[in-house]
Parts: sequence; C-alpha cells; structure tokens
Amino acid sequence: MEPGPIIQVNSISKSFGSFQAVKDVSFHVNTGDVFGFLGPNGAGKSTTIRCLLSLIKPNTGEIKLFGETFASNRSMILSKIGSIIEKPDFYKYLSAERNLEIFARISGARVSKKQIHEMLDFVGLNGREKHRVKGFSHGMKQRLGIAQTLLHQPDVIILDEPTTGLDPQGIIEIRNLILRLKTEQNKTILLSSHQLSEIELIANRMVIINKGKTLIEGDVSELLNQQEVIIVLQVDQVEKTLSIIQDKFPNASATIITQDQIELTLQKNQTSELNRELNNADIAVSALEPKRKLEDFFIKIIGS
Amino acid sequence: MMFLNNTYNEFIKIAAKPRSYIGLIALTVLISVIILAMKADGSTYISFVTASFEQTLSFSGDIMNGNLIAFIILQMLIVHIPLLVALVTGDLISGEANMGTIRMLASKPISRTQIVLSKFLAGALYTLLLTVWLGFLSLYVARWIFGTGDLMVLTSDGLIIHPESDVEWRYLYGFLTAYLSLLTVSTLSICLSAFAENSIGPIVSTMAIIIFFTIIGTMDVTVFDAIKPYLFTTHMAAWRSYFEDPVPWDAINESIRILIYHNVILIGIALYQFNRKDITS
Repeated sequence: MEPGPIIQVNSISKSFGSFQAVKDVSFHVNTGDVFGFLGPNGAGKSTTIRCLLSLIKPNTGEIKLFGETFASNRSMILSKIGSIIEKPDFYKYLSAERNLEIFARISGARVSKKQIHEMLDFVGLNGREKHRVKGFSHGMKQRLGIAQTLLHQPDVIILDEPTTGLDPQGIIEIRNLILRLKTEQNKTILLSSHQLSEIELIANRMVIINKGKTLIEGDVSELLNQQEVIIVLQVDQVEKTLSIIQDKFPNASATIITQDQIELTLQKNQTSELNRELNNADIAVSALEPKRKLEDFFIKIIGS
Repeated sequence: MMFLNNTYNEFIKIAAKPRSYIGLIALTVLISVIILAMKADGSTYISFVTASFEQTLSFSGDIMNGNLIAFIILQMLIVHIPLLVALVTGDLISGEANMGTIRMLASKPISRTQIVLSKFLAGALYTLLLTVWLGFLSLYVARWIFGTGDLMVLTSDGLIIHPESDVEWRYLYGFLTAYLSLLTVSTLSICLSAFAENSIGPIVSTMAIIIFFTIIGTMDVTVFDAIKPYLFTTHMAAWRSYFEDPVPWDAINESIRILIYHNVILIGIALYQFNRKDITS
C-alpha cells in the first residue's frame, strides 16, 4: 500500500431529527496508522464510524476511503475494510466456523476453509470451530468478531469499542490481539475506545472529538510530549523532597497533592536520578508511580 | 455473484433453524394421518359425497384412488400451509434485526437491495420445497398406497369425473398456481419482516391479514364487492379451477396476474422500506 491518507473525513455532519450527533468532524488516517478515535460518551464516535462503514449517510461533508467515495465505489471500499461495531453479532444457532463462512462469502474475497481455521487459531478459538456461538462468552464473541474482520485480508480495520463489556482478562486479550495485528500484519487500524491506556499503548495517531466536533488531531507522541513523564511520589518528608526537586531538577514542575504525595512532571530519563537523589537524602520513597498522560490530556482537552 | 453467494447464505441459515423443519414435519404428519384415516374408513367419507348422486348415477370401479385422496388433502391443507410458510419467511429480515447481524451484513460489500432480494429468493425456494413436498406426499404417496384411477371432483356446477389420462397436467398446473399463492404469502411476510424488529410480529401479522382478507372475501356484502377481486386471498384457491370442466382459463389468468402484481408490489415496498431503515440501533 502507498503511504498517505487512506481514510479522509472532511467536515461531516449528521443529524437525527433535531438532534445533531456530528457537526463538522474532520480527520485523516494514514496507511499503517493505529489511529485512536477518542471522545466521551455521546461525542459522535459511533455515528462517525457508521458513516465510515456506509451504514448511514452524513448530511454534509465527504468521506473518502482509498481515495474513493461510497457514491463512486462502495463495494470496492467495503471489500477492503474489516470492522466490529460495538459488539459483534453472530448467528447463534450456527457454529463459529459456519458464521465465518457466511461472512467470508459476502466479503468480496475467496476464503478457504484452511484460512478460516487459521484465523480461528489466530484469535485463540482453535478447538471451538464446531461449537455453536450460542454458548460463547462475550470475550469469545469479540475474538470471533476480530477473526471475522480479518478473514478477507482487509487493508483497514475499524474497531468501535472492541473491549466494551469485557472483563479485565478479556480486555488484555483483545489488546494483545490488536497489538499483533499492528506488529505481525501491519494493518491500518482505526480504534475507538474508552480505554485511554489502550490507545496510549498502541496508537501512533489520534483524534479527540466532543459534542460532535473535532477538538484535536495529531501524533500521539507529539500531543502527549512523551519525552516527559508525570510521576506521583509517596514519601515520608514532603517539604524536603520538594526542595530537592527544585534544587536538582529545575525544569521539573512539582505540586504537593496530599501530606505525603507529590505530583511532578520531569524528563523520562531523570526518573532514576530522582530516585537516587531521594535515597541519598535519606527520604523513604514508598511509591513512585508513573501516571497515564493521556487521561490527563483527554480531561484537559474535553474540559477546555 | 455477491447476490447468489448471499442467497446461498440465506438458505444455509434457513436450513440451520429448527423452525424450518416444522412445516415439513407438520405436512408429513398431517398427510400421513389423512391417508391412514382414508385407508381405514375412506369409503364412508366418500359416500357422503356420492350419496346424493346414487339415485341418478351408478359408480363403477375404484373411485377412492390416489388422485382423489390428493385432491382431498389439497383442499384440507392448502388453507393452513400459509402459516407454515410465514413461520420461516416472516423471520428472514426481522430475525437479523433482532440478532443484530443485519449491521454486520450491511457493512459488507453487498447492497441492501441485494440483501433483501436474496431473502426473497431464499424464501421462494423454501416455499417451493414445501409445495414439492406437499405434492410428493399427497399425490405420489397417495397413488402408491391407493393406486391410480379417474378423478371425481365435486364443483359448484356438479360432479365432474376426469379420466385418469386427463389428471396429470391438472395437478401440475394446480400445484404451480398453488405455489404462486404460497409465494405471495412468503413475499407478504418478508415485506412485513422489513418493518419489524422481532420474529413474531410479521408471522402473526401475515396470518391476521390472510384471515381478515378471507373474511372480507367470503362476506356477501356489496360494499366489499369492489375490492374482493383485488385481494390476493380471493385468488389463493385458483388451483381448483384446473379441475373444472371446461377450465376457466380467463379467470385463472386473471388470478395469476393479480398474484404476480401482489408479489411485485410487496417486493417493491420491502426494498423501499429496507433501504431507508435505520439498522444501526
């Protein structure tokens, strides 16, 4: 695939009656990106994704995938996309294998039984091929959903809240699967998620939308300035710690948050040095926890 | 190609649902019961019909043969088969909406029009299967058990006896026309299914419409006279006309036309509705 925008969303708006779900959302996804699509509940993420899959038409604006619009080449576009919209739904009375056969048959590609078995193996459902989906847990259905998205070797994968309703183990499994898609198959992935840590871990670009509008778009590392880390320190002498930080790390910003906790921002490579200085000063450090930056960034952007 | 692939998918889905076999099993059981009853005491049943003619006519040979049994079975069952058809076809679109799989289908490179047309074709094939099964059991199994012979039919004009050699084509055309009637029921239920989110609604609605139209059709009230010729239920018994003498071809052709119009209009309504349906929630 050629580098460059593979998904272009230009000023789309969508209303349902008097309710405007999306107003003037724009962003682009480049080939090979793992693109985080963020926003609070009701921000317009699912509506935008449904527009991206041609399930609904935007009232205004334009969507281009692979350089084409749905009006000009819907079949070609959808044959190159794999998607999960919230929870994947399957025919409960059919087996996992039969479900995949059904979706493969209308995916626009020739998929062999061997490929179906390989895909079930990839998502960890080997041995369950002949089992009816009726008996599958939510996590297993999500994994089957991912198998379904990959069957026809799509260039773009769109995942809308793929970890919704999963237990922590399920969330880790799906996250690992997405990471494998990125590393082993080099897919372009658009990932909408409430799990900010997930986006921070795997996305290279992101957009944040709220109330149907684009707030910010860019490289995750640039937006979060990943050279810096936010650390929460728990120490026995807060005042002395604060004075050491101000003395030894003049560029760091530090704030006392409780009587034994300080939050500070400093360069990533200064963390071990800070720990050493505090030890030398006989300060007992009972916790040194890096804080997820995206959470703070997200709240700041949404709040503003 | 995508349309045929999806039609194949639709047939796999129909074949995998237990309810699809209810119709076939019900037909087998009902026809077996009728055949057994006729075998046990068919002559008493037939004598009810022939009694009034025995003063003027004398019957020789075996009246109670497979051809007559098939006619009796058809008369008895053709009214009930629409329920067996709607049971499967009424679920074809609404069942997908209920399960949420319709969103998965719509996000694939197949148009909504193709999705709906595949369902109509699969529904038509299922209805054909039921009709062929009905024909096989009622005609061929009955002939195998009772033997063949001339067919005695009681019509509004009196008693007609069709020679054995003149029966085969009447049944062939009769079953084809009965199939068209059942196809209209299938199309109606799929059309209603495009408006619904659950399986029961379209099935019950289809039967309610058939009962309502049948009542209107049988009521001898002048106010309904203008619409009666256009109700599909009026033409659902058109298959019987092939057993009249002479065959009322004009009336049969009119019935076929009305049934085809119904199918075309119902498919059109379903396509319009499904193409604008919100399938995202």
